Amino acid sequence: MLRMEDVDIAYGRTTVVHGVSIEVPADGVAAVMGHNGAGKTTLLRAAVGLLPARSGRILLDGEDVTALPPNRRVRRGLAYVPQGQQSFGQLTTAENLRVVADGRPRGAALVDEALDLFPALKGLLGRRAGLLSGGQRQQLAIARALITEPRLLILDEPTEGIQPSVVAEIERTILDLTRRGGLSVLLVEQHVGFALDAAGRYYVLAAGRVTAEGSGGTGAATDVRTAMAI
Amino acid sequence: MDVLVTQVFNGLSGGSILLLAALGLALTFGQMGVINMAHGEFIMAGAYTAFVMQQVLGAAGLSLLVSLPMAFLVGGLLGVLLEATLLRRMYHRPLDTLLVTWGVSLILQQLARDVFGTAGVDVPAPGWLSGPVEVLGFSFPRSRLFILALAIAAVVALSLALRLTPLGRRIRATVQNRQLAESSGISTRRTDVLTFFIGSGLAGVAGVVLTLMGSISSNLGTSYIVDAFLVVIVGGIGQIKGAVIAAFVLGTVQSWVEYSTTASIAKVILLALVVAFLQARPQGIFQVRTRSLA
Repeated sequence: MLRMEDVDIAYGRTTVVHGVSIEVPADGVAAVMGHNGAGKTTLLRAAVGLLPARSGRILLDGEDVTALPPNRRVRRGLAYVPQGQQSFGQLTTAENLRVVADGRPRGAALVDEALDLFPALKGLLGRRAGLLSGGQRQQLAIARALITEPRLLILDEPTEGIQPSVVAEIERTILDLTRRGGLSVLLVEQHVGFALDAAGRYYVLAAGRVTAEGSGGTGAATDVRTAMAI
Repeated sequence: MDVLVTQVFNGLSGGSILLLAALGLALTFGQMGVINMAHGEFIMAGAYTAFVMQQVLGAAGLSLLVSLPMAFLVGGLLGVLLEATLLRRMYHRPLDTLLVTWGVSLILQQLARDVFGTAGVDVPAPGWLSGPVEVLGFSFPRSRLFILALAIAAVVALSLALRLTPLGRRIRATVQNRQLAESSGISTRRTDVLTFFIGSGLAGVAGVVLTLMGSISSNLGTSYIVDAFLVVIVGGIGQIKGAVIAAFVLGTVQSWVEYSTTASIAKVILLALVVAFLQARPQGIFQVRTRSLA
């Protein structure tokens, strides 16, 4: 589904991701783990197109999308939930969803389907997104991403900074999404247990390089924690 | 009582002109953060569009009504041309943008002098806008009432468009978080162009209105550009409702100060008041309130 081949990413003259290659299989889940500053978010932003890859290739369903802007990657089936529960703060919850649904043939139905996944949002449709709690904003962010009918969902630390009761709900929704088929997921997550539970493949990143990789599942937790401790 | 009614009306009238001049800037500067010094020359282009329309069509009433959409189109296309050729390379470089658009404004002024001459030209108002209207014993110039009505119509139309249309939602989303908009599938490039088209088109409409106030010349825009920026900054960056309130407050203050002093002194006092206001409230009348930065 997504292949990043030997990708270098730089901020100005400073290269922060060095020759990283990862793959997210069709209908599969890949998790990228690592400590803060390892380059995880940078890698995801390059996959989405918000940062240019200085070298290497990014392939979406075999098509080279390295030079495409983010909105055109979204049209090819990629959706991105960035770190930090980002929303359009001055737009209402309903407008946050409609702005993505506008122009899509099944726009209204897609909004309803997204709200069915996160029923808590139904009572908040008229409230400005900037006034929602962190957990509500994260649910809104995932709902907004799903409205684009993605085949690849990229999630950057979806449970970070959110109260535990909502974390459980978000994790459950993500696991449900990955198990119903037709959706590949690239997940960056600090919570190793959840990441490995969801992922069929994992990568550990340190200082911008892949230092360990393997098959997911809860049995890989020790290997991952060892790799992250090095 | 006469003085009070006259001054209140003058304030509203002055405010409506300021508002029309500033409404487009509230989009391009207030919402996109682009300091476009050529906005005044888009106003001038709108005014000359009205002049050309009257030369072509003859009948003042018809030409005024045709001029409004035509000036919107001319202003909008000039804005799109500027955005596509220069500004798109300069987002997030405000000083460069300021210098470049100032240069463009000088070029447009010279172009107007070459085409229309250095002397001012008149665009006579149609008969139905000439003379006063009597209301409760007070007389109000029809042209000023027309400008006030047009300003209100422009604000209502813009506000509804931003709130209710897909393009409006895309503009507001792009303004608030460009990267999130882009990674949500919104073409921010196309949104920028359309935003600039609407903002610059509104400047063109303001130009048509200014032909009702007196003769027009190549430096018409320079008379309004500073006031227009004041309105947007006092109103609060990115706030259309702030621009509306600021325009009418500034128009009213100017009208009252002018009544007891002169136009030049009124300008100085107004600027001093704005500086004092911004010291106390740098974010302007309105500010964005959220629980998070997003």
